[in-house]
Parts: sequence; C-alpha cells; structure tokens
Amino acid sequence: MKTIRIGSGAGYAGDRLEPALDLLKYANLDYICFEGLAERTIALAQKNKKADPKKGYNELLLYRMEKILPLLHQNKTKVITNMGAANPKAAMEDIAKLAKHLVLENLKIAAVLGDDISHKIEEYNGENVIETGEPLYEIKKELLSANAYLGIEGIVEALKNDADIIITGRVADPSLFLAPMVYEFGWEKSDWEKKGKGTLIGHLLECAGQVTGGYYADPGIKDVPNLWNLGFPYVEVDALGEGFITKLKESGGMVTTATCTEQLLYEIHAPENYITPDCIANFSKVIFKEIAQDKVKFEGASGKKASHTYKVSVGYLNGFIGEGQMSYGGPNCIARALLAKEIVEKRLEKLPFDISELRCELIGINSLLNQNKMPDQLNEVRLRVAGKTQTKEEAQQIANEVETLYTNGPYGGGGATKKVDEIISIASILIPKEDFKIDVHYIKI
Amino acid sequence: MKLWQIAHVRTGDKGNISNVSVTVYDTKDFNLVRDKLTPEFVKNWYGAQVLGEVKRYDLPQLGAFNFVMHDALSGGVTSSTALDKHGKTLGAYLLDIPL
Repeated sequence: MKTIRIGSGAGYAGDRLEPALDLLKYANLDYICFEGLAERTIALAQKNKKADPKKGYNELLLYRMEKILPLLHQNKTKVITNMGAANPKAAMEDIAKLAKHLVLENLKIAAVLGDDISHKIEEYNGENVIETGEPLYEIKKELLSANAYLGIEGIVEALKNDADIIITGRVADPSLFLAPMVYEFGWEKSDWEKKGKGTLIGHLLECAGQVTGGYYADPGIKDVPNLWNLGFPYVEVDALGEGFITKLKESGGMVTTATCTEQLLYEIHAPENYITPDCIANFSKVIFKEIAQDKVKFEGASGKKASHTYKVSVGYLNGFIGEGQMSYGGPNCIARALLAKEIVEKRLEKLPFDISELRCELIGINSLLNQNKMPDQLNEVRLRVAGKTQTKEEAQQIANEVETLYTNGPYGGGGATKKVDEIISIASILIPKEDFKIDVHYIKI
Repeated sequence: MKLWQIAHVRTGDKGNISNVSVTVYDTKDFNLVRDKLTPEFVKNWYGAQVLGEVKRYDLPQLGAFNFVMHDALSGGVTSSTALDKHGKTLGAYLLDIPL
C-alpha cells in the first residue's frame, strides 16, 4: 500500500530551524509543514500590512526559506505553511524572488487566500462572540483583523496544480498536515472517518518538538535523552490513515506512548468532539503502541461530518499593559520588596485614571549575586507590578512608578525593567462557509 | 505518595480556558487518580486561580484524564496581566496532590 511521509518543521512562529533542516536532509520526506501562526499573531501581522502592503507575513519566513529551498530541490519535498499570516501573496512573491536569487528553477509557489474577511466584518456585527456570548458590536473597540480558520480546500487545490511550496494565511493547524493525505490518497470529501484519522496525525505533528520529548522532561522523574539536540517528528501514513510517528535516530528527544498522549490532549477539550474546519474528529478511543524505539503506532481515531461554519478570529485593540520590575537582595529582602509593593500600590491609587487587573507579585532565586550557585535560603526577590490602562501614557506611568523606587523606595532596589505592551484581544464568531471565496494564486519560476 | 510519583501532566490554553491532562505511567493507578481527582477536588486545589466550572474527560485506554477548566486564566493570553499568560505552569501544581 502507498505510504507518504509528512514531517513537522515548526510548532510555532519562532521555532528552531535546525531540526527541520535535519528532517529535510535525512528523513526522506514527501511533505514538511511549518505551523507558525498563533491566535493573535495575525492581528499584529494585519497591523504591519497596513503600515506596508509588502509586509504582514512571518518575519522569519525568508530566513527559513533561504535554508530550506536548496534542500527541497534536491529531495522533492513539498512545503506547506501558514506563515503567510496576513499577506500570503507578498510572501509568495518574496519567496519567488529569493528562489531566483538562489538560482533555483522549476519551482511552483502557491498562495492560498480567502481567510481574511476584515473588509466585511461589519456585516457580522450581530453574531454572538463565543467567549462572551454577547454580540460582536458590544466590543466597541477598534477591530484590527478578522480571519477564518480555513480547512484543507485551498491547499489541496494547490497540490492538484503541482505547487511545490504552499503559503497560506489562517488555516487550522491540523489542516496543513491533513491536506497532503487527502490529496495523495484521494480521500472523498465526505470520508469523515479518514479525515478524523488524518486530523489526529495533524494534531500530533502540529507542535513539532512537543511530541518528541520537548516540553516533557522533568529531571530525575522523567528524563529525556539529549534534549538539547531535540529532533522534530515525522509520520509515515498509508491510504487508510494508519501509520506511525517517529523522529530521526541521530537526534535527541524521544517518542513514546507518554509523549504522544500528552500531545493528544494538548489544547483540546472534549476528546470526542475536536472541531476543525474539515471534520469533527473523535480522539476518545485513540490508542498508542510502541512498535520500536521512538516509533509509535496510532490507532482508533475517527470523525464526523464537519460543521457548516468557519470559526473567525476577530482581533481588536484592547488597551495597554504597563509593567515594571525591581529586585531586592540579602537579609530582609522580602520585607523590603513588600514595602516597595505597598508604596507602588499607594502611588498608583493616587493616579487620576483607572487601572484594572493590577498585579503586584514577587519572583526570584539567584539572579543578583554573581556566584553561580544555588542559595541555601531565599536570598533575593523581585517585585513585579503590572496593570491595564486605556492609553499608552497611562501604562507608562505604572512602569515608571516601579522604576522610581530606586530613589523613592526601600533600601537596595536593583535591576529595574519596564515595558508597555499594546493589548490585542481576540473574539471568535462563527460564519457560514459559503460566505467565503478561497482563491489560490501561483508563481512559477 | 504524591501525584508526581505515578502521573505526568501537560497544560494547554484556549482563550480563558485552561486544560490539564493527567496521565498515569501505569494503568493500574488509573482508578486511584480517578477517585481522588474529581472535578470538584481539582477546582478546590486551584482555589482563586480557577473561577469557572471544571470538567473531566476520561480516557482509560491511555490512562489519561483531561481537565477542562473554565475562567482559569484571568482572561487568557490575549488580555491577562499575569506573568505566565498562557497558564503553562498550572499543571505542575497538580503534581503535589497527596494520594
């Protein structure tokens, strides 16, 4: 029976690149997928695109592609990634330029568009927000972005048209991996069972090193070999959706029933109803079997009919967070940090604006004395103050009131830091799939 | 005995919902964890951290439980003032539960 190999090249926007290059060189992959678009990342990317229409895709995309492209060419591996973020078309064009610069040829690059409905989000103002249960118009803040989690359709179309590199915007993470299975094995649109199986594979792979022993080690309790050299996972799957997950022998990490079980339940709620744009997958009967070292067979996933709607993430500006930190060391350091906390709280109370969700808390172990050892007793503590405001200037004042503890607070404060972050919050609504038009663009070089 | 001696955990977040999976190393310990870690017990263990409902899903064939905890992340990663906005570290605190 025909099998294909799909690797995972990134589990988040800023992930390490070296393990992906190793997979490309040594794992004999048919496909490699890079997941790099967190929930609010696209809202930030929309902001960048507004400022410069050529921007708005993942900032590491070209750095990655420069290393990846020459390897694809020699091994015939195809790339699928959502790192197009708010601007897959610009990403496609810039990758084409880069490929020409690297003197590569016979590459077809595709951009999947259609997830962005920010231009007509007003039409859906009356839709209830999943998180709050209230209509979208109740948010009353500046909306930055509105992107649907698309499924496999655009990617499958691009594969049918022989694309080698497929850049998408917002696509559900498992769909990146499911698309090549549907294309290669010709799974029917209504074959929910197989799509459920493929979605399991996508879910296991989508966080890259998190299934090969990353985020698992607990020294002396559950150790992971050579975690520093953690390898990324790949799956070999057949036309029935059966297969195994593994990693390169030479890499660090491990693939066991335990690492797979942790990833199976990662960020899912009811295991029997894992809702994606492609199907409603059922993971409740999944079992894992170790068939060799670092090689785990998965069985038992299934699926039900997909819903008629896409989940749409609406990003909006939601004020600012101001944060300041200051450390205290030596005898009585906790008492001094608590005094500092009390002083800052009183000063912030006097300010003529509202601060919400104010947190004043203590952090710390051995960052102050340059002795490179663990203290016998608590020997330092760091005050952290953070609160929300409506404006940037107000947030700055929270941060400043921590820094001014230098000359206006208890003895011996040191290492002050301050920062102000703009808050981009997310509201989710459901919009009928038929309201979207998925478009695939191509460049051939 | 503490939970960390027989089980491992992983935490994830979606909006203001935190989910913690608890998986026993040896399925013979499944019933012990099932009986002790009721949703009410887990909600109480977290105290003011978890304000909403806690729901538990059981996967006996994997020796695993999935705790889905609502209103657990002070608004979640896109709005919280917490240091660990994802609540990634939350699961580790379950490991201290005495059995």
